[in-house]
Amino acid sequence: MKKVAEIIQKYNSNKGFLVPILQDVQKEFNYLPREALNAVSTILDLPLSRIYELATFYKAFSLTPRGRHQLSLCMGTACHVRGASLLQESIERGLNIKAGETSDDLEFTFETVNCLGACALGPILVVDEEYQGQVTLSKTNKILKTLGKKVATDDEED
Amino acid sequence: MSEMVTLKINGRQVQAPAGSTVIEAARDANIHIPNLCSNPELEPYGACRMCMVEISHGKRTRLVASCIYEVSEGLEVKTDTQRVNNVRRLVIELMLSRNPKHPRLLELAAQHGVEGTRFEIDVRGCILCGQCVRTCREVVGVSAIGFESRGTQRRVATPFNESPAECIACGSCAYICPVDVIPLKEKDGVRTIWKTDFPMLQCRSCGRTIAPKRQLEHFAKITGQSLDDLTKSCVHCR
Amino acid sequence: MMKKIKSPADLTKLQEAAKQRFDPEKPCIAFCTGTGCLAYGTQKLVDTLKDEIVKRNLGDRVYIRNTGCHGFCERGPMAVIYPQKIFYQKIKLEDVPDVIEKTVLKGEVIDRLLYKDPVTKTKIVKEDEVPFYKKQMRLVFGMNGLIEPTSIEDYLAIGGYGALAKALHQMQPQQVVDEVIAAKLRGRGGGGFPTGWKWDATRKAQGEPKYIICNADEGDPGAYMDRSLLEGNPHSVLEGMVIGAYAIGSTHGYIYVRNEYPLAVKNITLAIEKARELGLLGDNIMGTDFSFDLLINRGGGAFVCGESSALFASIEGRSGEPRAKYVHATDRGLYNKPTTLNNVETWANVPLIINNGSAWYAGIGTEKSKGTKIFSLVGKINNTGLVEVPMGITLREIIYEIGGGIPKGRKFKAVQTGGPSGGCIPEEHLDMPVDFDALTDLGSMMGSGGMIVMDERNCMVDVAKYFLSFLEGESCGKCTPCREGVLQMRKILDRICEGKGAMEDLDTLEWMGQAIADGSLCALGGSAPNPVLTTLRYFRDEYEAHIKDKRCPAGVCKALITYSIDPETCTGCHVCARICPTQAATGEKKELHTINQELCIKCGACYESCKFDAVKVS
Repeated sequence: MKKVAEIIQKYNSNKGFLVPILQDVQKEFNYLPREALNAVSTILDLPLSRIYELATFYKAFSLTPRGRHQLSLCMGTACHVRGASLLQESIERGLNIKAGETSDDLEFTFETVNCLGACALGPILVVDEEYQGQVTLSKTNKILKTLGKKVATDDEED
Repeated sequence: MSEMVTLKINGRQVQAPAGSTVIEAARDANIHIPNLCSNPELEPYGACRMCMVEISHGKRTRLVASCIYEVSEGLEVKTDTQRVNNVRRLVIELMLSRNPKHPRLLELAAQHGVEGTRFEIDVRGCILCGQCVRTCREVVGVSAIGFESRGTQRRVATPFNESPAECIACGSCAYICPVDVIPLKEKDGVRTIWKTDFPMLQCRSCGRTIAPKRQLEHFAKITGQSLDDLTKSCVHCR
Repeated sequence: MMKKIKSPADLTKLQEAAKQRFDPEKPCIAFCTGTGCLAYGTQKLVDTLKDEIVKRNLGDRVYIRNTGCHGFCERGPMAVIYPQKIFYQKIKLEDVPDVIEKTVLKGEVIDRLLYKDPVTKTKIVKEDEVPFYKKQMRLVFGMNGLIEPTSIEDYLAIGGYGALAKALHQMQPQQVVDEVIAAKLRGRGGGGFPTGWKWDATRKAQGEPKYIICNADEGDPGAYMDRSLLEGNPHSVLEGMVIGAYAIGSTHGYIYVRNEYPLAVKNITLAIEKARELGLLGDNIMGTDFSFDLLINRGGGAFVCGESSALFASIEGRSGEPRAKYVHATDRGLYNKPTTLNNVETWANVPLIINNGSAWYAGIGTEKSKGTKIFSLVGKINNTGLVEVPMGITLREIIYEIGGGIPKGRKFKAVQTGGPSGGCIPEEHLDMPVDFDALTDLGSMMGSGGMIVMDERNCMVDVAKYFLSFLEGESCGKCTPCREGVLQMRKILDRICEGKGAMEDLDTLEWMGQAIADGSLCALGGSAPNPVLTTLRYFRDEYEAHIKDKRCPAGVCKALITYSIDPETCTGCHVCARICPTQAATGEKKELHTINQELCIKCGACYESCKFDAVKVS
């Protein structure tokens, strides 16, 4: 767990920076592995229950490995008002997982996120950190198709 | 001796030390304010919201949690107004939806004219008063258990829901729980709590079971005594 | 590498030098590169333009600037061409050669890139004549379009840090506090507390060190003003904070930024480094004996951390559980020390007040709400974007004259302000002046500035349910009324939206609302009932339609609507059948198609894809 020690060092072992420390750890490993949380607990001399509490309180953290493709659907008010709930259901059907889950083959993680602040482009689906704006049911289907999922799109021929 | 202040609770003049809370002042004056998460051994927490009272300073009134709010000179407190009782009744109904059977909650319900809950029952048992977690942290000092997640997903748990490495099996959490939802079993010299078996040590003089080995090891570390010292004799045979 | 600024004279010299870098007569193309426009693909546009310019050796004929958010988000990608201030919108990659040929080299205006006024149908050339901008008063936000946020020199060129020099070298700390009190600046984060009094209380409190914090946790969905300020003009926020620290006597500060704002974090981090280099942050600022520095702390994805005591907990490395606020943060806040927490926009207003004076500032706005406010105008509105207006302007002016009204000719229904703590305001109150107290009187609140416009196709019961679901997911879970109460209120709304509600449910909602407001530990729970209570107040008929008639007038609540195909307009194109996920829509090609209600899951795909408007919702 050398990497974890390095990250903690970067923040001068300041316990106030537990959240940014965990964020950096997650960035490094794509999720928060148990060994990493144990290491943080040991190095900073804090009870494991405290680290675990933080890791489960803040929604930015994931205790399970995330998928190769990350899809985030904005659920801000402006996007909701422009029909984001129907989009959520459609993507859940297309990926066969519920929001907040990762597919069994570790290919996709789908989550709904709080307002991204790009409301003019709403509804927004972020696919692997790229913002796809003004998405419709049809557009999301096409996106899923390019990612390798079998969904019906309205430009197919019979 | 700390400075005393004079306040009024339900119209009655009461004296209390500065820095104490309204619920403490009420307790000392034999005025009972219902509460579920407050405990004189623990830091005030303010989670259950049963202890709400109406206070006024001059014209403005508002509701505050009496377990946290500090007394002050000239403070006027009312423990039984309609606004206050509305909050209590809602809290009781909400708690009943999570634990419809425990006598402590049923008693509170009866005292406040609540006949059951209108909300869908989704049993969980725990009322999230936090006394177990706070005891483990503040009194026992090991923080073996803590909270997991947030909102309606919030629950008391051991890290990763596994055997808690820091637990000394003292049983304080089970003892302090107002609704008895932390199972603790003792059989054949083994205490089981948090799905973990903790072998207990016997008194080397009379053979009675003293305490879990982990707990004695913890005391040994703190006091500098050895395990042998601690098991030489016990409360019964001394 | 510039030398440290040790006096106001040093600063003036640097400001002059910074101004000299740019020939005001030479064309400059300022592209909006805020997060919103970047999502439109602006980076590629800028890079292509830059490549062209290099290829054609025009580097010394034109400047390119990557500026922060310009505010007119609906029209991105956009740019302003100086010195003429030509406003180009919806620029495409194909437009790049023309921009160079016609505008840069020949000074000609490209007609198709101009904004067309939908009412007069004429094309508008200059930025300040575009109706969206005309009625605004962009005192705080206006600089976004002029400067590169990553350049401290740009900020110096527009007079940046002059307010700090004035405060440090010409004013005593208490004088600075008094100026802010006299200006009557009120917090822009939602609370509207008089900023000057907050500073005064912190200044007079016992305890060291004193902290100042910038709350950049902007969590209200639909609000993104703070992000655009931090991204586009980070130094204005920094300058405000250093002035505040001087006034209060603080040596340490934090900027708490939401995790979801990476560009804002990047730009403010860079701004801090550069300010430190120049001696505007750190020890002996600007050659005085005043020292102050700050750190950036990021959130972990929790709306509740925008609440002050939860924010302190988060900075202290704990989970975002609020504490009861019977003792003010100005006495015991972060680490139990005197703390002033202010919002991003509040801090950005401070340099303006010091530079122009409290009398000037107090001359803008209404009796009790001074200055301007930046709102994010979003939802069912033509001109989505960030608008800065003087307090006292009416909702109607914002929505119709600046916002351009409702798209697709639909009818206005309500405007939601104040985020999940606020309420929905109906048409009859549109002529109300926007200020802190007026909005509160209507049952809503100013909040951080989110303004979500809704039309006849939005169901107000669904909107109330949305906000409750949001809060359910964001509640910290500590106190019973919020944790369990919000859940139960949401469940009641679920039933109403499914047509299973009863009239008693409305009484229950009102009873619960009062108890939750009174009993909750913090303002998240305390204001959670607001969206429900205001929609009940102004749109009770909609609730009753759901309950008594089992009908959703807006055509939104799934259980109460059906999708059907109109035989008059269906052309049999077969698109609906192809994309229907449950094969509920069927038919032979070129013949009338039908929807089998047993199989229909009301996903809306057919409604969206039918090009002939043949799918009807009832």
